[in-house]
Parts: sequence; C-alpha cells; structure tokens
Amino acid sequence: MSIKGKAFIAGVYEHPTRDASDKSLPQLHAEVAKGALEDAGLTFKDVDAYFCAGDAPGLGGISMAEYMGIHIQHTDTTEIGGSSYVAHIGHAAAAIAAGKCNVALITLAGRPKAEAQKVGTGGGGRGPMFDPNAPELGFEAVYGPATANMYGMAAMRHMHEYGTTSEQLAWIKVAASHHAQHNEHAMLKKVVTVEDVLNSPMISNPLHRLDCCVVSDGGGAMIIVSPEIAKSLDRHCVKVLGHGESPKHLNGGKVDLTYTGAVWSGPRAFSEAGVTQADIKYASIYDSFTITVLETLEDLGFCEKGKGGEFVMDGNLISGVGKLPFNTDGGGLCSNHPANRGGMTKVLEAVRQLRGEAHEKVQVPDCDIVLAHGTGGSIGTRMGSATVILGREDA
Amino acid sequence: MSERKAPAPVVNVETKPFWDATAEGKLLIKKCNACDEVHWYPRSMCPFCHSMDTAWIESSGKGVIYSHSTMRRTPVPYCLAYVTLDEGTTMMTNLVDVDFDALEIGQKVEVSFADTGEGNALPYFTTV
Repeated sequence: MSIKGKAFIAGVYEHPTRDASDKSLPQLHAEVAKGALEDAGLTFKDVDAYFCAGDAPGLGGISMAEYMGIHIQHTDTTEIGGSSYVAHIGHAAAAIAAGKCNVALITLAGRPKAEAQKVGTGGGGRGPMFDPNAPELGFEAVYGPATANMYGMAAMRHMHEYGTTSEQLAWIKVAASHHAQHNEHAMLKKVVTVEDVLNSPMISNPLHRLDCCVVSDGGGAMIIVSPEIAKSLDRHCVKVLGHGESPKHLNGGKVDLTYTGAVWSGPRAFSEAGVTQADIKYASIYDSFTITVLETLEDLGFCEKGKGGEFVMDGNLISGVGKLPFNTDGGGLCSNHPANRGGMTKVLEAVRQLRGEAHEKVQVPDCDIVLAHGTGGSIGTRMGSATVILGREDA
Repeated sequence: MSERKAPAPVVNVETKPFWDATAEGKLLIKKCNACDEVHWYPRSMCPFCHSMDTAWIESSGKGVIYSHSTMRRTPVPYCLAYVTLDEGTTMMTNLVDVDFDALEIGQKVEVSFADTGEGNALPYFTTV
C-alpha cells in the first residue's frame, strides 16, 4: 500500500499580502481557499474534505467549514506546527486512496505582523506551545526559550561538533536573497552578501538578524484531488510521489540538537517515491533560520552529516549557479512566513517549479521531480518534520 | 542576570515534589527502578522502558554545558542553555553570573537556585 500516484495537487494559491491589518483571520483562510480552487478550476461545491492546523480559528476544521459554506465528509486537523501542511498532503492522499474523499482543501493563514507578534508558532504566548498542561512547560518556559535562542543552541552545537561556521550559514541567506530579488511580493528583495549577514545585529548567538526569517502575514492553500478528477481538469496537476513524517523530541533528556526529524521523514518519502537525492531537481527546505536549512539538507541526505556547511557555500543553493536550487521564491528568509509557519509556502513554490511557473530567472530547466520539507515547532526542543516528493503529471 | 526576576513555574501534582525540593536547594531528577535510566524532565512513567516504577533521586547539581545561546534582543540579555548533569541526563536552564562571551560547550557548571517568591526556586547553573 502506497500513496504514490494516488493523488494530485490540482490547485495552489499564495496570498500576496504581507501585512493583513485590513483583513480578519477567517477572511484570509477563505481568500486563499478561493484562490486555490480557482487555480484548479474547481469550486467550493466540489470540496469534500478540509485539512487545517492550529492557525485555523475556531473548533478544528468546523468553524472554517461553516464560514466557507462547505459540506465535507472528511476532516483532519493534524497540528505539527509549520510542518502540518506538508503532512496534510500525505494524509489527504491516503484519505483519497482509501476512498474517503476526492477533493481536499488545505489552508494556512495568519497575521502575526498585524498582531505585532514577535516570534513563535504558538504566537505571542497563545496556542499549543503555551498549553499550561503541556508536560514540558514547567521545566522550560521559566528559562525564556524564545524561538531564536533555541535554534541558536542547535547552531552552536552543530558548530561545535562539525566545525560549521557563521560564514557557511550566511550562504543560505545569500542564496535566498538572490531568488527573492525576482519575487515582487518578497519582503526582503535586496541581494545580500555573506558580510551583510555577519554584520547584521546578533539576535541570539550564533544567529544574526539575517539568519532569521521574516515575520509576515498572509497564507496559502492547496487542492488535492483523485487521479480521476486530475484527469478531468485542464490545469497541470502535480503528482504526489511520496510522503514521510516524524516528530523528534528531547528523548527523555538524551538531547542531540545536531539533527532534525528529517532523518526519518526523508527516507520514508524517498522510499515511497522510489527516487533518490540525485533525482531531485529542486528542493523547498523550511527556512525559519539558516541553521534549519543546513541541518535539514544533511538529514535528507543531500550531503554527508556534518558537511552541510561546505555544501551550501559558494552559491550551491542558487538557481542557475549551484547543484541544488532551493526556495526560489526567497523562502521564509526573504519572502514570507505567514502565521509563523512556512510549510505551506514551501509546497507552493515546489508546485510552481514543476509547472514551469516559477519566475523565469529562477525556473529550474526540465524540472520533473522536486522535494518539499516542513519543520514545525523548534529544532531546539521538539519538532514536527514532514517531507513530500512531487512530480510532474506524467512522472 | 540578577536584574532578571526568576518567574514562578507552572506546577502540577506530578511535578510538585520537584518544585518543593527546590525550596530546600535540592535538584531532584527521576530514575527508573526497572531499567535504572535517569530522565529529564521528570515524569511518572519512564520514557525509555515505560515502567511506572520511577523514583526521585537528588542530583549532584554538577554537569557540563551541552549548548548555549545568549539572547541579545531583550532589555537584559540572558543565556539559554542545556546542561548535561553528571548523572547523564540533559536539562534546559539559564547560565547565570557568567561572562556570556566566554562560555564554551563542555565547560563545567553547577546548580544555583533563584527564589521565585512563590515557595520554590529555579535551578540555574553557573560556571565553576
């Protein structure tokens, strides 16, 4: 049993806004849903399943189903932070393969910028990461684990064990900025250098301001459909080839911050897709911080463990320059990070690449197989990891 | 660091013995009577062998820095860290009364307690 070829991404939409002070949260979810359905050539009447995570307001998927006026027979509110939407693709494909639904809508939206939140998936002291009954809370919250310092500890340990440098981490931001200059909606369009990153203010060592992603409003949505429906649509549908997911946590105090849950989600996705790293023409890698990308690339097997620093240097992630073009929309580091959750936008750019609809300056030629990876929560404590491998309609 | 007030932790019936002991300057950890493994954060069930037979033991309060990061964007900078206790388990903490720029992974540290004013104290660590 596998989901390979059992489901297709028929429609995607990314909200152009980066500051949604003029829109409510439900409104953003509805706008991205409508955009993705229009992209697919479908309507709200066609939707029979709804997938959302903790950013969707109200009771699970029910409140937004009511707001949007959809009548569904399947719902899934898997909440693993920013990786949720990547996992939802696998869950939707499994549900479609099992005959539970045919047209699944997945939405993400948030307005942390409008709400003046500083950091964090839960957002401003609210949400699942601040649940007073969370078992870890009493032993962590008192020490001030803001997001940047947890990722800072991961970077510090990686540097200690493998000799990774701040210059190497900076190359990840440099690559993202080279792509973002071509994205009219990107928050940070200026191309930066390694020196610019190193000279930006220290946030929480060893992470500088330019090692961190942006805080933005916005959102995105996807429509996952059965092969039969994909065949009936005019739009180029993207085939779901493989999916893997796994949480990683502090393992009872046997702490190792030098790797992520991608060590488990990656092999599962590759195995299901029946492809290897060499087949991947483009990769969307969750980039809450530069260190997130570096560890994930190693864990997904694009380079040997500990060699991520060497791998990302000298523009190796820049489209048209390096061996592994990544985050060609500028990613979370430069474009957007709606709801402080970047998994959705990772998939959206991966779909654009497969459809040949990325900006011409960053479009990867002959792009037939891609990977998108989401990380949720914190690589400094506990995280969700989800990987999907996608192919062209005929892949 | 002394300018940063020690906040009161969220305490529940399962973790109350730990926090009560902090008022007496004791750092307790949990050890499993079935598999002998220690774990962090303390819980009733051993996360390794899943036995419910776990017991509180007093830690030496000594350990080494596993990793650290100093937040510079707050009015008073503070250092978040993981410390690996001599007993073998690793816990989140703050490093206090230290030179943030001189900290090194592997450096020896020991526990010090900061009164929360709510009948318990936070275990912090400082270099020795």
